[in-house]
Amino acid sequence: MTQSQGPAGAAPATVHGHAPTGFIRKYIFSLDHKVIGIQYYFLALSAVCVGMILSLAMRIHMVWPDASIPFFGAIKPEQYLTLMTMHGTIMVFFVLTTAPQSGFGNYFLPIQIGAPDMAFPTLNMLSFWTTFLSFAVMISAFFVAGGAPLSGWTNYPTLSAIPLAGPGEGLGEDLWLISIALFCVASMMGALNFITTTLDLRAKGMTLMRMPLTCWSWFITAILGLLAFGVLLAGGILLLMDRNLGTSFFVPGGLVVSGVPVQHSGGSPLLWQHLFWFFGHPEVYIAILPGMGVASQLLSTFSRKPIFGYKAMVYAMMSIGILGFMVWGHHMFMSGMSPYSAFAFSFMTMAIGVPSAIKTFNWLGTMWKGKIRFTVPMLFAIGFVSLFVSGGLSGPFLAQPAIDIPLHDTYFVVAHFHLIMGVAAIFGIFAATYYWFPKMYGRMMNDTLGKIHFVITFIGAYCIFMPMHYLGMAGNPRRYSQFTEVKYLAPLLPIHKFITYAAIITVSAQLIFLFNFFWSMKKGKKAAQNPWEATTLEWTTATPPPHDNFGGVTPVVYHGPYEYSVPGADKDYIMQTDPAPVPAH
Amino acid sequence: MGLALLLIIWLITFFSSYFFVAHAWWPHAISASAPYIDHQWHLTFVAMGVIFIMAQVTLGLFVWRFRDRGDTAKASYSHGNNKLELTWTVLTAVLFLGLNAIGSPIWAAERFQPADQGAMKVEVTGLQFAWYFRYTGADNKFGSTRPELEDASLGGLSALGVDPNDPTSKDDVVSGILELPVNTEIDLTLRSQDVIHSFFVPAMRFKQDAVPGLMIHMHFRPEQTGDYEIACAELCGLGHYKMHGIMRVVSEQDFQKWLAAREADKQ
Amino acid sequence: MATLTPTLTVKQPKRRGGGTGDIPHYPGGGGGGGRGDESPDYGERLRRCRLGLAVGIAPIVMLFVAFSSAYLVRQGLASWDLRTNSYINDWAPVRLPVLLLVINTCFLLISSVTMEFARRQAARLAALAPVTAMPGIADDEPSGFPWLGLTVVLGLAFLVGQVLAWRQMEAHGFFLSSNPSSSFFYLLTGMHALHLLGGVVALLYASVTFWMNRPPESRHIVIDVTAWYWHFMALLWLYIFALLEIAH
Repeated sequence: MTQSQGPAGAAPATVHGHAPTGFIRKYIFSLDHKVIGIQYYFLALSAVCVGMILSLAMRIHMVWPDASIPFFGAIKPEQYLTLMTMHGTIMVFFVLTTAPQSGFGNYFLPIQIGAPDMAFPTLNMLSFWTTFLSFAVMISAFFVAGGAPLSGWTNYPTLSAIPLAGPGEGLGEDLWLISIALFCVASMMGALNFITTTLDLRAKGMTLMRMPLTCWSWFITAILGLLAFGVLLAGGILLLMDRNLGTSFFVPGGLVVSGVPVQHSGGSPLLWQHLFWFFGHPEVYIAILPGMGVASQLLSTFSRKPIFGYKAMVYAMMSIGILGFMVWGHHMFMSGMSPYSAFAFSFMTMAIGVPSAIKTFNWLGTMWKGKIRFTVPMLFAIGFVSLFVSGGLSGPFLAQPAIDIPLHDTYFVVAHFHLIMGVAAIFGIFAATYYWFPKMYGRMMNDTLGKIHFVITFIGAYCIFMPMHYLGMAGNPRRYSQFTEVKYLAPLLPIHKFITYAAIITVSAQLIFLFNFFWSMKKGKKAAQNPWEATTLEWTTATPPPHDNFGGVTPVVYHGPYEYSVPGADKDYIMQTDPAPVPAH
Repeated sequence: MGLALLLIIWLITFFSSYFFVAHAWWPHAISASAPYIDHQWHLTFVAMGVIFIMAQVTLGLFVWRFRDRGDTAKASYSHGNNKLELTWTVLTAVLFLGLNAIGSPIWAAERFQPADQGAMKVEVTGLQFAWYFRYTGADNKFGSTRPELEDASLGGLSALGVDPNDPTSKDDVVSGILELPVNTEIDLTLRSQDVIHSFFVPAMRFKQDAVPGLMIHMHFRPEQTGDYEIACAELCGLGHYKMHGIMRVVSEQDFQKWLAAREADKQ
Repeated sequence: MATLTPTLTVKQPKRRGGGTGDIPHYPGGGGGGGRGDESPDYGERLRRCRLGLAVGIAPIVMLFVAFSSAYLVRQGLASWDLRTNSYINDWAPVRLPVLLLVINTCFLLISSVTMEFARRQAARLAALAPVTAMPGIADDEPSGFPWLGLTVVLGLAFLVGQVLAWRQMEAHGFFLSSNPSSSFFYLLTGMHALHLLGGVVALLYASVTFWMNRPPESRHIVIDVTAWYWHFMALLWLYIFALLEIAH
């Protein structure tokens, strides 16, 4: 094998890597980041289908508590809470932490920085299969005696610590904890890979400040994951010990549950909350940052304009990441925690609104005087901005403890996090799917179906989650299986019905996406190598990319990723690998 | 498509905003601290509302105005504007941190200080799935409780496991309804027997978690008579949705009559 | 140690199954590709694996930071006691088997020293590999002192010593659930032992690669990375011991 020799330390000009043969090495235990990315994506796709069906069953039960729902039958209050717990858990972990980061990040981070694969491909493969195992364990909780837990995805003790406190809090809860522990380990391994890859495998000329913002978002998200998941793992281990080994980290003394005195003593439920939310708050930024990266990428590409304020966007994401570790107490204003610390957390939480606002201004600035092409990915990117604004602006209410007093644990909070995570982040995933589908499968997804999917989902999501603000203002608590007992909730029932109808329609519309996705894989219009006329490295390579991504020729990068509409250039875009000069900036 | 998007975004903005203001969602408030909380809400609401409308309207406008019209002209080439960045960063920071600064004294007044000296003591206990309220009686002291004495099926003092051998528990009264005299500062002690519950009275703009292992002191002051519902606001198990109660605010005389009647019932 | 310059032409030594998947397949980032030709990119691989380890130590640190903060919080925690109608703190410091733990600490620290010798030995072998592969040239220290094996033995001695320490605690009536302070003792030492065991497994794997005639460069990378991990485990142990002794 000959090799072109460059000076020691420079990226080599030739790359060798024998593509695997055989079905098992190629598709099951593949070490190729592209296959692993798709494996993660399909895991998330399965998870989101389960999560959405659970939410539909929840919504239907809430407004018709006595109805028998297809497949679920008549749902008892404890079963509702189980559906709710698993809905939250599956969506947050197996969809929002998986698809944007482990799915698209795995596939496209190496390509966008000009690398032939991730730094540690075997570790990558292990990360996926550990995540898969975690999902299998999570689903198994449904089928054991007592069923899946009902303590919410937040899993507060002592409800989650004492098996008698509720159905599903026995074996189901232990399986939940084991699943989450596995997920933590898988995520830490994945984060290690992402960070090492970004720092060490960039191609020649790809400086950090020339990376696409998607790569920055995956990098910062990986750092958040690296530091946050260890704390969740610690909490999970302590809770497993309290439940099974007789320790008392979280359970105080003197309790009586279902008439039975509890043997633990001296622990504190608040200790769990601190550990959980120290992880939990960075987790929600893990869920949204990749979507922000994708939005930046798409808004620039389809406005034919450089991103407005690239450096500001990078620093904003870094600030969000750092501040994200300092705000966890805003989930605990009502918890019995010291009111003085509430003061500090509130300040930091308002502060984190600033970089988020900067990003929004910059997205608008990117579109200003642009030349917008309404491709389906662009529609979802625009939708992302709208939804992020809507969801983000309810934050400053909850961030102020005095206002949080009436709003905590009401539907106002449900509206806030769903608009950001349950819609904006999902729009990020949709946008990325429509955008990168041609590169992954060599075919375009159907444009008309995509537009219909967008319009119904965009309007539908607002119809579902905007009214929840009003419900919260009216004092409607969350996690109620039905509204028949608390009298002041009766007049709010018509709004719940409206939300349920909107949910049924919106969830049904996702079938359009599923159909489009699978049909286009085989029957979609064949895609050119760079159908979007975009500038980043994945569009310089074949479709789908070969095993080592660049067919033996490592790319050399000459400038940043968003050189659109450069004055004097013959086309309105200049690829990162094109040595043509661009104005200094 | 640009026009369609503009219309969709603008209509969503219009209808969302309309419903925010067209209906009085907030329950009628009767506590001394409610006006301050409600005022802070309104201040934040106006600020966020203006930003919401401006941002969405701008987004809709931009996607229509800067659509590709099919001509050969290129988009404007710009990598940003540092002065503009600085300006809107500073403005946002001033707004957000300013709101925080204005709202902080309200939180401090609510939570940093204990109840007034002469406040009436009421103990609120949450358990799966009911609220119990205990009054001290004339000695202004709560009798001690023992977990092994708890028996919810007997209700009243037994539900809380009040120790009959403790002399201070002789005059304790337990009620399933929170009866309170109007215009009196109430010193609440929140406890839980099993899991975390949360004592939420929308009309008082009051909420506080009842945490096992903690005795949490809070205070409030109802300023109007009437019946007001209490809801549990922390997931506590399968009965969470039906763990509600009633706060009944009556005149001082009516309250004394009620308390006396409950004392008499105990004999 | 010097990384080999790409212009050096060497006759590749006989390798059995060189480079396929014993070490995580690296993406042929060097000019030589992932199979057999490893000389020019060995330095790059080493650097990458070291970086990976440094990054990978961060979540382990966070795990123990979380345990430590839970430890300190739980120590100071006051819970409402219905018997006395007051807040009480139920922390009762455990009597640690200090002598035994000090002996174990010595084993671990000495093993760090032997680990370091093993690491340098592996580096030397890797650097000399192309030279010693030339026919007629022999390394005058073909196998050298078994520093690696000694490290494994000392590591195992530490782990056995920890088990003895747990037995001693149990003999004194301190079980996992006896008291929060004993819970944390078992938790912290157990978690550390688990991570150290992982390091022992990695060292055993490195030993096996010697006997399976894997290329010295790959061996060096495994031993180097494990060595840094090992040193970190020693530091972590010192921290845990100090925490349990001082903050009890």
